[in-house]
Amino acid sequence: MKPKRRNTLHSQGGKKIELLEMKNIYKKFPGVIANDNVNLDVEGGEIHALLGENGAGKTTLMNILYGIYQPDRGEIYINGKKVTIRSPRDAIELGIGMVHQHFMLIPTHTVAENISLGFKEAPFFYPTRVIEERICDFTDRYGLKINPRAKILQLSAGEQQRVEIIKTLFRGASLLILDEPTSVLTPQETEELFSILKRLVEEKHSVIFITHKLEEVMEISDRVTVLRKGKVIATVKTKDTSKKELARMMVGREVIFQLERKKIEKGEEVLKVKDLFVENDRGLMAVKGVSFNVHKNEIFGIAGVAGNGQRELVEAITGLRRVKSGKAEILNVDVTNSSPKRIGDIGVAHIPEERIRFGIVPNLSVYENAVLRDYYHEPFSKGSFLNYPYIKEHTKKLVREFSIDTPSIETPVKLLSGGNIQKLILAREISTKSNLIIAAHPTYGLDVAATEYIRKLLLKKREEGAAILLVSEDLEEIFELSDRIAVMFEGKFMGIAPREKTSLQDIGLMMAGSKTLEEKDED
Amino acid sequence: MKIKVERRGEISPKKRFVYLILSLIIGFLIGGLIFLFKGINPFYALQKIFVGSFGSIYGWKETITKAIPLMLCGIGLTLAFKGKFWNIGADGQLLFGALLATWIGLSLGKTYPAFVVLPLMFVGGFISGAFWGIIPAIMKVKLGINEVITTLMLNYIAEQFIQYLVYGPWKGKTQYGFPYTDNFSASATLPVIKGTRIHYPTLIIGIILAILIYIFIMKTKTGYEIRVIGENPEAAKYAGINFLKTTIIMMAISGGIAGLAGVGEVAGIHHHLTTPTQISSGYGYTAIIVAWLARLNPLVVILSSIFFGGILVGGDTIQTSMGLPFATINIFNGLILISVISINFFLEYKISIKR
Repeated sequence: MKPKRRNTLHSQGGKKIELLEMKNIYKKFPGVIANDNVNLDVEGGEIHALLGENGAGKTTLMNILYGIYQPDRGEIYINGKKVTIRSPRDAIELGIGMVHQHFMLIPTHTVAENISLGFKEAPFFYPTRVIEERICDFTDRYGLKINPRAKILQLSAGEQQRVEIIKTLFRGASLLILDEPTSVLTPQETEELFSILKRLVEEKHSVIFITHKLEEVMEISDRVTVLRKGKVIATVKTKDTSKKELARMMVGREVIFQLERKKIEKGEEVLKVKDLFVENDRGLMAVKGVSFNVHKNEIFGIAGVAGNGQRELVEAITGLRRVKSGKAEILNVDVTNSSPKRIGDIGVAHIPEERIRFGIVPNLSVYENAVLRDYYHEPFSKGSFLNYPYIKEHTKKLVREFSIDTPSIETPVKLLSGGNIQKLILAREISTKSNLIIAAHPTYGLDVAATEYIRKLLLKKREEGAAILLVSEDLEEIFELSDRIAVMFEGKFMGIAPREKTSLQDIGLMMAGSKTLEEKDED
Repeated sequence: MKIKVERRGEISPKKRFVYLILSLIIGFLIGGLIFLFKGINPFYALQKIFVGSFGSIYGWKETITKAIPLMLCGIGLTLAFKGKFWNIGADGQLLFGALLATWIGLSLGKTYPAFVVLPLMFVGGFISGAFWGIIPAIMKVKLGINEVITTLMLNYIAEQFIQYLVYGPWKGKTQYGFPYTDNFSASATLPVIKGTRIHYPTLIIGIILAILIYIFIMKTKTGYEIRVIGENPEAAKYAGINFLKTTIIMMAISGGIAGLAGVGEVAGIHHHLTTPTQISSGYGYTAIIVAWLARLNPLVVILSSIFFGGILVGGDTIQTSMGLPFATINIFNGLILISVISINFFLEYKISIKR
């Protein structure tokens, strides 16, 4: 079936998807059933949230709908007619569009150029001219504000997302799949996205919204389907349910929303950073004169959209990146441009961002990964040799204490789930180093249970006297854990404030760079 | 019809072994096509190869002789490949080892006894092979230059340099104009097993090194660092591993062991330095296949080097008995390498065809 292509842009596809049905979808991967007879129906003009923890099968289901995977069994019907979707190309033909979590845009090209790429109706000569006109048309209709001539690399994450949405609309999508769309947005950008989505559904588009955030489900969706371990637990009308009920369905047990957080006086200074300047990989200044202190029994949270210098800041403090100027001291030891080993030996735990890329060696075993940062000193090694009997004993202890779910300590780490990999990293770092804990996006991409576990652990370490530097994009996490909050924007702190004296709204504005805060801090 | 490609879960050692054997058989079958093009029954040719190498006492003697340099180079390569350092330069490292060993043998051989000269030749060969291996290591870590290119180019430099020496300043006065250096004296010559060309001291060194390198990779701190760098350089950086130091140690050992193979060839087989094609006949390249066939396990290299030693001998056999050029066996070896490496894909992924 080929939808009529003519006049697509103005009528939004010759055909509307009035009803999408996925029936008894079954998909097995080695060792795991990703989708177990899943049924899903999405009506025209609705926002349908797909809620579930990581590994629940949400993304697999959507990849099947978008033609990236083929189901082992099951059928897909559009407007009551059975369809076969073998590739994303088929999906696009049928009017299905997908906005991936990681954008697929060419940074050095303009918005219009990116959209014209792969857009079949673009004229051969001056394709962007026609497209620019049509982009303006979308801006008026849906509030998709964008400058067609801007280069992608000049755009914020929110704007890039709008480009992705426009791209799918250009290709005639009437059903949009958004995969965790708010994970890269500031609260204000999230609001804008939601108003765009509302206007899209007013025009009888439909939206499938993949998320694990309950607030968003409650705010934006009409109906919600909850997945757990590959199975549909329920599909309910959003207005007939509550956050608590959804959480229970998603996790399979009661979830505590407010973690217990003891009031505790902060102790002496552990980390002192003064006027730090650090360059990024391209030789541009990424950290521009940042100063702060972190104390014993304190969690210092750095909020901000990724790419504003947080990575460079953390790398400079942990010895992975050279400091251009300024100073970092840990427990009164100058660690400016020290080696990572020396900094580790002072008792600095580092939970790196992108845990699989930086934090582990995927093909090595659990026990070899458990000593990645300690292998070189006693008792993990003796002379030139590693002390494997001791390392294995130590690892078994960690696996028990931190309840890491692994078939054995010999298993290659790549076969563990994200949550268990993160637990292993935390176990490795915290078990031998606990003066200063530097945690970058520690719960990113983890399920509710693992997230809860890790946040509790950080709070426990705070009570035990560790100084904790927490970098996160997740504002909920920043507010739940931090004693003081700094917001980083374009390499600078927009301000540092005690948690009680600030609001989500303020932090959001600071993340977008449109507000600064007077130093209310006593340091 | 559609083709599905899916990742498999954990792979059992048994399955790995079955696939390895399968890859060899496929390699042989594809390699057999070359003989078919030449109008020779491929099964007859394969039979000739294996009878020539493993079918007689003489065949075995020659097979082991050829296995010695393959074993040493192969052991060195397992180490470099574990660190994902694509050392294509074992041949040049071998030649450089031969070079310094020759110099030591010629200058000391006449005045000192064997128990002084021979160890010095091995030490010298190790050092000069290591030197030739360290150059690309430094160029990679410090300047970011791809090691495949540098190691390969250094092979040519080593070859041409030796070519120059044996035709020029080092040309022997007693060799009637042949491109050889003077022959080594007895104290610079390795003993052989009687009636064979097997210079057993080198063989023993090879077997001992296989064990030592296995222990080095699996049990020592440096071995661990090499594996971490090879598997995930980002994590190695995060762990504070010193890339320059580790890569230099790794390539010094890898090149050094290849250098020992060069010592064996000049002191055990030729008893003088001669043209590079005579000394090595591409051992450093064949050793790449030897190392991969052993799945980068130095202990298994002992077996895979004997296997490929046999194929080289078989190559000589078909060269003489069927009048095929020796290059045939190189093509054959190359096809086996491609087969052994590509089977990895089928090990990691399951492919099914549905109609």
